[in-house]
Amino acid sequence: MPVSAANSKLIYDALKECDIRLVSALPETWLVHLIRLTDEDPEMILVRLAKEEEAVGISAGAHFAGVKSAMLMQNHGFLASINGIVSFAHLYKIPLLMLISYRGSLGERDPWQTQGGNVTEPLLRALRIPYFFLDGWETVKKRIWQAQTLAESSLQPVALLLTRDLMWEE
Amino acid sequence: MLRIHCLRSVYSDLENCLVVTIMGAVAAELQSLGHLPNFFYLQHAMGLASSTGLGLALCMPEQTVIVFDGDGSLLMNLGSLSTMARYRPQKLVHVVFDNESLLSVGGFPTATSTGTDLEGIARAAGIPRVTTIRSVESFKAAVNEAMQGSELTTIIAKVEAKGPAAYVTDLSLLENRFQFRRHIQSLKTR
Repeated sequence: MPVSAANSKLIYDALKECDIRLVSALPETWLVHLIRLTDEDPEMILVRLAKEEEAVGISAGAHFAGVKSAMLMQNHGFLASINGIVSFAHLYKIPLLMLISYRGSLGERDPWQTQGGNVTEPLLRALRIPYFFLDGWETVKKRIWQAQTLAESSLQPVALLLTRDLMWEE
Repeated sequence: MLRIHCLRSVYSDLENCLVVTIMGAVAAELQSLGHLPNFFYLQHAMGLASSTGLGLALCMPEQTVIVFDGDGSLLMNLGSLSTMARYRPQKLVHVVFDNESLLSVGGFPTATSTGTDLEGIARAAGIPRVTTIRSVESFKAAVNEAMQGSELTTIIAKVEAKGPAAYVTDLSLLENRFQFRRHIQSLKTR
């Protein structure tokens, strides 16, 4: 499978360095290595979800408990989480670190991913969620630290879009 | 059976728990008995109270966490039962007040009024202990047993569709949220 194991490991190590100790996830192709790394790490709590919106509540509970968490989801999972983001994370000022695989963007071959690709950034902007791209291995560690820092200081969701350039080896 | 009577019957047992409630009547009635810093009222985001309790329980496995959920909220996030059952925190108590109604928006009947069986759904999702309660005495007994036990428990409490006169209280959402987190952090330093 041409999902980049090396770059997944870089992302995972950066999350650990930010003291992330709980990761909630719903599987998708680009996330397989990240989920496996989380599952194999006894220092990390992995919560496998039925639907991505649950992760907003789980991360809020973790925040109340003083545990830093991250959410792994596809952009369609972000779409499925929006009420939770608005009426929990925004309403109650809950920091969320959302790592969103940016499917349906340039280079996408799966027709079923393409509509979600069109609306991901417009929705992030409409929701006033700060976001940035993870698009090169050199900047992964810095960007994850920056996103986590902003989420914690602003007490709000912050998104990192995992791009094809980083996640997929063609 | 009235929800307020159920809440009153266990109120004195909640002091050392972390309590998460759904919005509307449950939040207002618990507050009417006396707010405590270990109570968090999720005044929106229907369905996510159980997920919040799960997040707390997974991060603080020694701490008893009790969620006061409702039929309308749970029906919006039935997948949460499968996620809770998957990780089954031992000290998580999930109470569902089932009044067969979306009471706070005008009393529209939910699917439990036409036969949807939340006990059966919870059981089939894999929740290890599930029970349905129809009296205040058995409610108190079931909650106390679950709090002292060591298995994830879902308690379906069949209550009347009656609520308080008002839902808005003088506790702001953010005040509640910051106080709740600060209280939990203070538990760690004791």
